[in-house]
Amino acid sequence: MTAVRVEQGGVVDRQSEVSFTWDNRHYSGFAGDTLASALLANGESIIGRSFKYHRPRGIMSAGVEESGAIVTVGVSHRRDANVKATTQELFPGLIAHGQNAWPNVRHDLGAVNNLMGRFFSAGFYYKTFMGIPPFEWGRKGTGIWMQYEKLIRRAAGMGRASRDPDPDHYEHGHLFCDVLVVGSGPAGLAAAGKCAEQGLDVLLVEQDFEFGGDYLNHGGSDSIKKRNDAVDALQKAGARMMQRTTAFGLYDYGVAGLLQRVTDHLPNADPHLPRQRFLTVRARHTILATGALERHYAFGNNDVPGIMNAHAAVCYLNRFGVLGGERVVITTNNDSAYATASNLAQAGAQVKLLDSRRQVPDSVAGLLNTRGIELETGTTVLNAHGRKHIKSVETAISGGNHWRRGMDEECDLLLVSGGWSPVVNLLSHRGVRPVWDSNNCCFVPAETAEPVTTAGSSLGIWGNSDCEASGLVAADSAIASLGGQSVSVSMPATGGWETPLEPLYEVEIKGVTKKSFIDPQHDVTADDVRLAHQEGFVSVEHLKRYTPLGMATDQGKMGNIIGLALMAEALGREIPEVGTTTFRPPYTPVSIGALAGRAFGAHFKPLRRTPMHDWNLQHGATMVDAGLWQRPWYFAREGETITEAYIRETETTRTSVGLCDVTSLGKIAIQGPDATEFINRVYSNAFAKLPVGKARYGIMLRDDGIVMDDGTTWRFSETDYFMTTTTAHAAKVMVWLEELLQMRWPELRVHVTTVSEQWAGVAVAGPKSRDVLAACLAEPATVSAEALPFMGVVESTLANGAPCRIARISFSGEMAFEVYVGSDYANSLMDLLYPRAMQIGGCLYGTEALGALRIEKGHVTGAELDGRVSIDDAGLGKMASETKSYIGSALRKRPELQRTDRPRLVGIFPKDRSETFKAGSILCSPDEVEGLGEGWITAVTHSPELGHWIGLGFVSGGHEAWQGKVLVAADPVRRGNMYVEVVSPHMVDPTGERMHG
Amino acid sequence: MIRINCPFCGERDHSEFSYGGDGSIVYPSLDAPAEEWSAAVFQRENIRGMQTESWQHVNGCRQWLLVERDTMTHEIQSVRAAHDGVGKVLEKGQ
Repeated sequence: MTAVRVEQGGVVDRQSEVSFTWDNRHYSGFAGDTLASALLANGESIIGRSFKYHRPRGIMSAGVEESGAIVTVGVSHRRDANVKATTQELFPGLIAHGQNAWPNVRHDLGAVNNLMGRFFSAGFYYKTFMGIPPFEWGRKGTGIWMQYEKLIRRAAGMGRASRDPDPDHYEHGHLFCDVLVVGSGPAGLAAAGKCAEQGLDVLLVEQDFEFGGDYLNHGGSDSIKKRNDAVDALQKAGARMMQRTTAFGLYDYGVAGLLQRVTDHLPNADPHLPRQRFLTVRARHTILATGALERHYAFGNNDVPGIMNAHAAVCYLNRFGVLGGERVVITTNNDSAYATASNLAQAGAQVKLLDSRRQVPDSVAGLLNTRGIELETGTTVLNAHGRKHIKSVETAISGGNHWRRGMDEECDLLLVSGGWSPVVNLLSHRGVRPVWDSNNCCFVPAETAEPVTTAGSSLGIWGNSDCEASGLVAADSAIASLGGQSVSVSMPATGGWETPLEPLYEVEIKGVTKKSFIDPQHDVTADDVRLAHQEGFVSVEHLKRYTPLGMATDQGKMGNIIGLALMAEALGREIPEVGTTTFRPPYTPVSIGALAGRAFGAHFKPLRRTPMHDWNLQHGATMVDAGLWQRPWYFAREGETITEAYIRETETTRTSVGLCDVTSLGKIAIQGPDATEFINRVYSNAFAKLPVGKARYGIMLRDDGIVMDDGTTWRFSETDYFMTTTTAHAAKVMVWLEELLQMRWPELRVHVTTVSEQWAGVAVAGPKSRDVLAACLAEPATVSAEALPFMGVVESTLANGAPCRIARISFSGEMAFEVYVGSDYANSLMDLLYPRAMQIGGCLYGTEALGALRIEKGHVTGAELDGRVSIDDAGLGKMASETKSYIGSALRKRPELQRTDRPRLVGIFPKDRSETFKAGSILCSPDEVEGLGEGWITAVTHSPELGHWIGLGFVSGGHEAWQGKVLVAADPVRRGNMYVEVVSPHMVDPTGERMHG
Repeated sequence: MIRINCPFCGERDHSEFSYGGDGSIVYPSLDAPAEEWSAAVFQRENIRGMQTESWQHVNGCRQWLLVERDTMTHEIQSVRAAHDGVGKVLEKGQ
């Protein structure tokens, strides 16, 4: 534990000390630190415990690819698990804890798993526990697995999320730009700068809290100046720049998903600010300058704390002013680690560089000698020693096509460079499969026809000045694709090292078994890959599912290439033949809160209230959700339960009068010279001869002959109709009518307009409904039996002068009227009707009583018309016209829909009339109470009229087929099974005398 | 996210639209035999490549549109009003 903060250097603000808490201990760092750099500077070594084996893990990288230092940030309801310490910006008062360990990450009892490690190979838990007890013994095995699984999940896993509601709020936003540049390293800044210079609207996003990318990792003021100049120039040119913003996904048409962390780095954030913003950006051109990630390779115990990526050590030194160790061994297969060695030696470390290649260029090697760095070629690391921190390494010496044991080297920091992998994830989101570059041993982006250009090291270009040049090339292609004038710049070659990299994925000596990790975040070892192959998993997609390689937050950043290489070796094939897995969004994790934005709780869906909502509440309504609507459910009087209330409302309506808010019904104005023809084609029953001043109940079918919706349509003139739909299907019917008029029958001169919001409606139902309504009209005679017979409609005026529409139609089965007024007059309508209804013993009723009234009558609603029911199934076949053609008339006649044993609408009585039963029960023949049964129950109610519970449902063959027989209403998990009888659905007043009366 | 260039409203996210399915189907006349209707309603092509499909700008102008879209790449080749008459009015207006 010898990492120290060096005296000077770095871009941290040494004037501003920041205190924070790690595992209940107090520490301090500097503004500009990450949690990882601050922990490193404080000499902390074990930051995490691994997923499965609970092995101690330290800081392995300096970025999003981190697989070791995964921690929990925040406490109680703000606890955020699985945060990478390497990307967590330090702020005053930050509280972080180790996770997946007990009692803590330094001393974790779970580490016993590591001792048993050789048993815990890939698939161990499933193989072991799913077979107990053996399947042949019966079905219980799965149930017992469920029990094991709970314990296993607890032992193997990551941090725990808070179970409390998220106290923060999140926002969604939308952005547009000409050019989106992802990444602000040398390539990104160069590209953005040139585009902005050309007057393009540029949006530059950077996941880090500092702009600059790799510029920040280089010692000396040159690269920092370059960065500062580029950032200044961009700001002057008016480019939009967002740091702490990750482009986590790339989608069709230049759409990118951004996650902006607004307050995650602030100690006392303004409560009015969202914690994070989820931004959808639509870019005309996208430039991906997403960089490259350094790989490690598999050798024994390559996860011991004190082992990290070589370039990460340069980042900690030059950006954060932290020297990771005093005695440093660097193991590499490429040129990039030479600068690392030089940097660390300059900072005072004793450095030994092992290069697996036997020949390295003199220029590089010579440079190292002047700094006192020891270089051994043809040498690499075979195994790391040290339990809680690295103490020494065993080396291996190249013997051509095998390795042999070399000397041991003491060290306190081991840096690994196994090559670089361009971040091709975003392009992979677009379905562009990367191609293998065998010179640089990495996948590089393939060509794409989309307006997306890749630049810099994400293209496999390593040097910073080459990256700048490739940024300019990318800018040119963006400018050209947006129709601008571009001067072509020559493209730098990929790679850029003096000596080619030599592929190195694993170092092992036969017969020596060591834990060599390829994906340390998920404890996937090289042996696991071989086991997967041995067990018959041959593709890389299999590998990912058998082992957890590259899953979850890692998404293949750390171990994908090694896993692929080892699989290719096992199969005796080349890497490109094995392929690569498809990277999926998000590139880094996105919190559920950000995805939800404000769409949760009451804002999860829009809320629709009728114009008399408040009036209903003032008059004692309890509301119920009906789709998006809130409707009065029942109007309980003092001391009444819901059951007592709806039974009273039902009885009152049947004997006197009831008023019900029916505003939520869909209402469509259908107008034009061809309106009659149109409606006649849409409805299955005859409408061609509907007289002016009349309404008719209509059923419309879909093309396939199934019922779509029902409602009434009123005729006010030769060319003017008013259609009502069910509440549930209002929007669907409107879309359907528009489709028919615009797509199918363009010759019809008809206009449809939704007027659902324009009209408020009330049903006035019951034997005394006419008296009440007449008393509320300017001309009471308008609704006399002669002036307004059954199904008559009229436009009239209320006693208060408000215009209204009245139809004498009935859903309740009683004499009834629907009265509509302009929405603004809704309250005044209620204020007229209500006192008169109350004077004669009437009441208000809600949807519960509405349901009881209609079930008694066998009237169908959405519960019955569920998209599977034909007009004959619903018992309304008589309404379907045999003399005209209409939508659905041809396919309604297809044999399947004409079968007489199809489930038909029936009424249902409990056999023992004192019993209750539930909607959703399956109706079965008593000798076969299993499977799909003979039908189902759609709606139930207590019928005051009949004095017992009744229901509606569907039974094969209809009630005629089951006369005198009993059925079982099977409801095993709720009410239990019980016997029912099947009757005609018209359970009350089957001849309809009351509503005609 | 597909972006659809509505001839009436301009380029918009596909979330403003609702998908109507194959737009090339010619529905038989209402009095055509069940076989013809069955062919139109149930016997559909599952096209790989460019297909003409219908979309309604349901959260916009509510016009039904015919969109030529590549089902592999989501590339949209053309967008026009489904109703010829309305389309002609639009052309004249421009």
